[in-house]
Amino acid sequence: MVDETLFDYLHMSIVEHYNNENENDVETASAYLSQIGYRVGYSLGERLSKENARYRDELDTVKYLCKELWICLFKRQVDNLRTNHQGVYVIHDGRFRLLQQTLTTMNKPIDSNNRLHTLYIAYSNGLLRGILTNMGYPCRVTAEIVDFGVRFQIEVNPVVGQK
Amino acid sequence: MKSYYFSGYNIGVRLIDDFLARNPTVGRCNDFRETADILSKQGFKTYLGIAPSITNWSPAGDEFSLLLDGNPLTEFVELPEGPGQKLSYNQIICGAIRGALEMVQLEVECRFVQDQLKGDNTTELRVKFLKKLVDALPVGED
Repeated sequence: MVDETLFDYLHMSIVEHYNNENENDVETASAYLSQIGYRVGYSLGERLSKENARYRDELDTVKYLCKELWICLFKRQVDNLRTNHQGVYVIHDGRFRLLQQTLTTMNKPIDSNNRLHTLYIAYSNGLLRGILTNMGYPCRVTAEIVDFGVRFQIEVNPVVGQK
Repeated sequence: MKSYYFSGYNIGVRLIDDFLARNPTVGRCNDFRETADILSKQGFKTYLGIAPSITNWSPAGDEFSLLLDGNPLTEFVELPEGPGQKLSYNQIICGAIRGALEMVQLEVECRFVQDQLKGDNTTELRVKFLKKLVDALPVGED
């Protein structure tokens, strides 16, 4: 309970900090936040999965991420997971936790073009990338805001240089 | 160092509401000693899980030290070599304390005088009472 509140406040402050530092440059601010998330995800993924047996394959790992890790990270399960079985996964979370605190209380859909809103998911973006990289699947993650939730698109093993 | 401080300040400003909601028994403090007590035994206890001891009161009773036995914030932290040694990792706590107390009309100054992270034996946090913010009171309060 307490740690959730603290984390929320910390997250807000960090977003605000990078937003102020890079006033006209959302890209850079997002990149910084994403890096922080990556670093956290990389160690957290290792820690949370240390008791588990090795996952069979990519899909298994992503399922574990959606079912168990998502509860640890965002206190709920994902709403939808889709894949094309060629390394692309789309995770949809209809009520993304880090957006709830700030925006949904106003009860209107989130504007995906609003720069501040994108900053609020940059950290989580890196978090997922870190976790999957640690589990042996380097990937590229992109995220977009849909109404009240977020849709993460994960591309495992992106072609080198396509970053 | 400043950024950490202001991040902490922003956290503190919001944290005080959460704190008062969680600890409904906490009322108005009669003096600064009571404030120190609540800060240590309830504030630190709730959010960091430790209760620092209060020592080194100044003769005037407006300044005290908090001695932290262990600091959960820096448990896995090691300062990098070189310029990184100057990094005030704990500054965020100072900011949070200042922010939180400012919201209850107390202006304080807060700084670390000793820090285990920097090689000192203990971690000592010094809090100094500056003034009561009377002007900031909302109408109808006293």
